[in-house]
Amino acid sequence: MNYNERLSGNEAIAFAMKQIDPDVMAAFPITPSTEIPQYFAQYVADGEVNTEFVPVESEHSSMSACIGAEAAGARAVTATSSAGLALMYEMMYVAASSRLPITLACVNRALTGPININNDHSDSMGIRDAGWIQIYAENNQEAYDNFLQAMPIGEHPSVRLPVMICQDGFITSHALENIVLLDTDSVKAFVGEYQPENYLLKAENPLAIGPYDLGCHYMEHKVQQAEAMKAAKARILEVAAQFEAVTGRKYGLFEAYRMEDAEVALVLIGSSAGTAKVTVDQLRQQGVKAGLIKIRVFRPFPAEELAQALKNVKAVAIMDKAESFSANGGPLFSEVRGALYDLEPRPRTVGYVYGLGGRDITPDHFHGVFDRLRAIADGGELGPVYTHLGQRG
Amino acid sequence: MKENGLIEFRWHGRGGQGAKTACLLLADAAFSAGKFVQGFPEYGPERMGAPITAYNRISDVRCSIHCNIDNPDYVVVVDETLLETVDVTHGLSPEGAVIVNTAHSPDKIRSKLRGWQGRVCTIDARRISEETLGRNFPNTPMLSAAVKVSGVLDEAQFKKDMEESFHHKFATKPQVVAGNMAALVQAWKEVQAG
Repeated sequence: MNYNERLSGNEAIAFAMKQIDPDVMAAFPITPSTEIPQYFAQYVADGEVNTEFVPVESEHSSMSACIGAEAAGARAVTATSSAGLALMYEMMYVAASSRLPITLACVNRALTGPININNDHSDSMGIRDAGWIQIYAENNQEAYDNFLQAMPIGEHPSVRLPVMICQDGFITSHALENIVLLDTDSVKAFVGEYQPENYLLKAENPLAIGPYDLGCHYMEHKVQQAEAMKAAKARILEVAAQFEAVTGRKYGLFEAYRMEDAEVALVLIGSSAGTAKVTVDQLRQQGVKAGLIKIRVFRPFPAEELAQALKNVKAVAIMDKAESFSANGGPLFSEVRGALYDLEPRPRTVGYVYGLGGRDITPDHFHGVFDRLRAIADGGELGPVYTHLGQRG
Repeated sequence: MKENGLIEFRWHGRGGQGAKTACLLLADAAFSAGKFVQGFPEYGPERMGAPITAYNRISDVRCSIHCNIDNPDYVVVVDETLLETVDVTHGLSPEGAVIVNTAHSPDKIRSKLRGWQGRVCTIDARRISEETLGRNFPNTPMLSAAVKVSGVLDEAQFKKDMEESFHHKFATKPQVVAGNMAALVQAWKEVQAG
């Protein structure tokens, strides 16, 4: 049963964790982490969950503890942000390649330096190639809903991969907003028990996890991992359909907003997509065929589906909230542009890097982007494809 | 009135005065009244006394917009010394109002508002807080003044919801609930419009 509440994004994730009651939460519960371990630790202290809470000395250790717990056969979760995620880097690859379906709540924040605590996607984009499924949220509701779907996705035998559930630091993590929650019994029924086939504490089938892998097998294991990531797409959609049956809330690999006959469109991730929807609505009122695509699932990357959704669009702006210093645009730009390459005719694409270190982005900024897209759609010059938006002149 | 009954607030305070808490309490109260709410602070290097900003959106439908509020309907200034350094009425709707925590009259405060022509409201939240809570916690009286001036919530419902909210918030120190309620009621009576 659904019921109304008001929670910040951090509270929503902590509450989802409480409802799931995982076996282990390992976290570094101070800056640069989030309020999530703090709220969850309160549930532990109050005896409201049965979780073993492991307050570690660093994020390298929190991910290591999650790996140990998950390998032993337990369901492990953690939460972090920014520099904390960066400190996990080495162990993130170990978790994914060991096929341990850990769930990580990532509150997206900028990386130092210069020192900055505010929102952008540099942290999770920096670790996009580690082999984790990445799912992003526009608001507290989506963060909560995505977290409930993480374990049924990652733990499924066809996938067996760790999952990051990302939301925008401060913009949604610290914003109090309305939210519709699912009652705890329904959450437990939906998420189910973690029942791994093989695990370290299974006495009748002893196994090693994380041993040295010689050249004669390493590549085979990597191909299996890649196949699992490909298989995750179908599982994500299956879980989304089950989630809709329980909650009435519909999710896909991305949200296509007013795209049915769109001629100009944005592709972006996270809370700013909500702000851009205001601009799209204003343009639609003026008769402009504008739309947007909000990426929910970045890993696995929905390339074919995006090509299908964008095939009739004349001009697309692909917007990154991370500067990857490629000198050629951000990671979302590169991947979406690549996904469109085989289309004929092919939409014209420009990239923007925006919102770094919490730089505010408003509907007016998006109006400026749409103005440019309309000029391009009308046969105008493409101009530079790698530019920044919202910085001082 | 903006679309869908949207009313936007911007709070100016100093770290430690509870402007963020007041902002979250306003969101709480509006949620209890059946509204869609956003309450969010703008984070910077947090330290006691540094200027901080917080925002509320209160609407009849869910707001998808997630940027700061540049054109608020109401501005609440929890610390009047900020008038020296912050252009608090920047972008404020001409039909709106600025509500300042001060012992001075609205006319006196207007002279510090850089040409602002709209409504100026004042409330001596410091005195009210010291009388009712024994210490300078201006956020509850400021919240009360903001709700009264904006008319965003029904008076009786607001007071009832706030009492419940205080019981919840101060579950570990119930002795401060009565003081906060007294501060709220007193501020509602005293706020001056100029």
